[in-house]
Amino acid sequence: MPDPLPTDSVGIVTPQTLHFDTPITLACNRTLESYDLVIETYGKLNAEASNAVLICHALSGHHHAAGYHSKEDRKPGWWDSCIGPGKPIDTNRFFVVSLNNLGGCHGSTGPGSTNPQTGQPYGPDFPVITVRDWVHTQALLADRLGIDCWAAVVGGSLGGMQALQWSLDYPDRLRHAVVIASTPRLSAQNIAFNEVARQAITSDRDFHEGRYYEHNTLPRRGLMLARMVGHITYLSDASMGEKFGRELRDQAYKFGYDAEFQVESYLRYQGERFSESFDANTYLLMTKALDYFDPAYEHENDLAKALRGAHCEFLVLSFSTDWRFTPARSEELVNAMIAARCKVSYAEIDAPWGHDAFLIPTPRYTAIFEAYMDRVAREAGA
Amino acid sequence: MRPDLKIIEQWIKPGSHVLDLGCGDGTLLDYLQREKQATGFGLEINPDHITTCMGRGVSVIEQNLDTQGLGNFEDDTFDTVLMTQALQAVRRPDMVLDEMMRVSREGIVTFPNFAYWRLRWYLMRRGRMPESETLPYKWYNTPNIHLCTFKDFEALCYRKGFRILTRTVVDGEHQDRWLSRLWPNMLGQIAIYRITREDS
Repeated sequence: MPDPLPTDSVGIVTPQTLHFDTPITLACNRTLESYDLVIETYGKLNAEASNAVLICHALSGHHHAAGYHSKEDRKPGWWDSCIGPGKPIDTNRFFVVSLNNLGGCHGSTGPGSTNPQTGQPYGPDFPVITVRDWVHTQALLADRLGIDCWAAVVGGSLGGMQALQWSLDYPDRLRHAVVIASTPRLSAQNIAFNEVARQAITSDRDFHEGRYYEHNTLPRRGLMLARMVGHITYLSDASMGEKFGRELRDQAYKFGYDAEFQVESYLRYQGERFSESFDANTYLLMTKALDYFDPAYEHENDLAKALRGAHCEFLVLSFSTDWRFTPARSEELVNAMIAARCKVSYAEIDAPWGHDAFLIPTPRYTAIFEAYMDRVAREAGA
Repeated sequence: MRPDLKIIEQWIKPGSHVLDLGCGDGTLLDYLQREKQATGFGLEINPDHITTCMGRGVSVIEQNLDTQGLGNFEDDTFDTVLMTQALQAVRRPDMVLDEMMRVSREGIVTFPNFAYWRLRWYLMRRGRMPESETLPYKWYNTPNIHLCTFKDFEALCYRKGFRILTRTVVDGEHQDRWLSRLWPNMLGQIAIYRITREDS
């Protein structure tokens, strides 16, 4: 943590674990008898409970979106650039709720948690969770926190899908949905990349069909490969070129197969670090939730039809070099919203960082986000 | 509010669904939403204008008419489509007009009149491309690549079968003067048209 603490940081934050013991039936028709959700909150809920903002995380995200857990923390939460006093999601005005989704591996109940029926970790027995299930549990979380209606539900990538699902499943429980660098459904190419990641994990000899906890091991190699291929899709050709180019770790070619190019060692390092800190079963589950997400599916593949029930206002943002969820995918969503007569604003932001651009503040991104959230706050009387 | 927008505003029926092509900072749509319970969208490409629109609650879509057209809007989606001071800046004004009148039965168009007497005089006296308060550019850097006159516009509407419901003339300060009403093609600086499809 930097000393002194920047004035626009939420400072030291402490996660809370909330226990839910009303059984929940999931999209896969299975039931969880009880579960925990880990959350963090920033700012204060006002008397009317009108200023609450829900942050939905992406594939490898979690509840720790802003601030620091301790003075020793080197890095703040994953979206600290956008959440804090005076930042676009201004914690002086909003009560911000961020959670680790069900099935996660950062404290909420997931494949690594103990199955009360067996006393062993769930592992592969943990049900496959969908975006709709997450939104369902988030609604139960809102009930618990006394929030009838969110001022806004905000998310990037897979988080944006949750914001969109909110507008369909609980149209009266949010006033704004902010959908950033997202898509109304994955393309064949997107699913293909996910499948490579899953194959990498499940074919690791240490995977043990998902029961690696009992074998006191981790499918490190598989998860590392999965992360490496995923990571490539989060960056752009240009940003990788700028960061690494063809730079070598040593001066000359070695005519071998060790990591010689900087980009190779970067990917290996990122992959290795990830494979120590993330649960492989959760990774499988998250990629599956991505693949299944398709709100138009139940409406004869007509997204506009699906959106007809939505009442909230939408802000949709895309990034010019994002090739994972391209601007065209956001435009597909926006056009369906237009056809459904939703209130929607859209901008494509010029940024060189590919899909990851939604995590990186740039002047135009920040200006738009700030202007929009300022209006959300004014409407909420915050 | 700019006087030309004041004139346009009177033509919008309460509760209308409106599309504003080149909506700028959203002043008109904001007014129509608040005072006339109108709904709708603005299309814009200027980043600062887009941000301003979003901040004031005007639904704005970043969309370039030249490259993207209006293909994402279905036929007869809107009650009125507006295009103020943008017709002369698009690559194919005729095609944009077609698209406007496809997505809406009624259109409102404003543009600078290139047959205004001062511009004629400038060209005749100096033999150079006219510059004025309303057209403050050089020939090589002007965004106004398809300037036209009252007569040109009316001829195009005639050819396309668009009926002119109202024609109004204002000067550079967007004031309505009786003299320019008398001889618009010579004395009018800015043309304001309300047009409709012939089949209505």
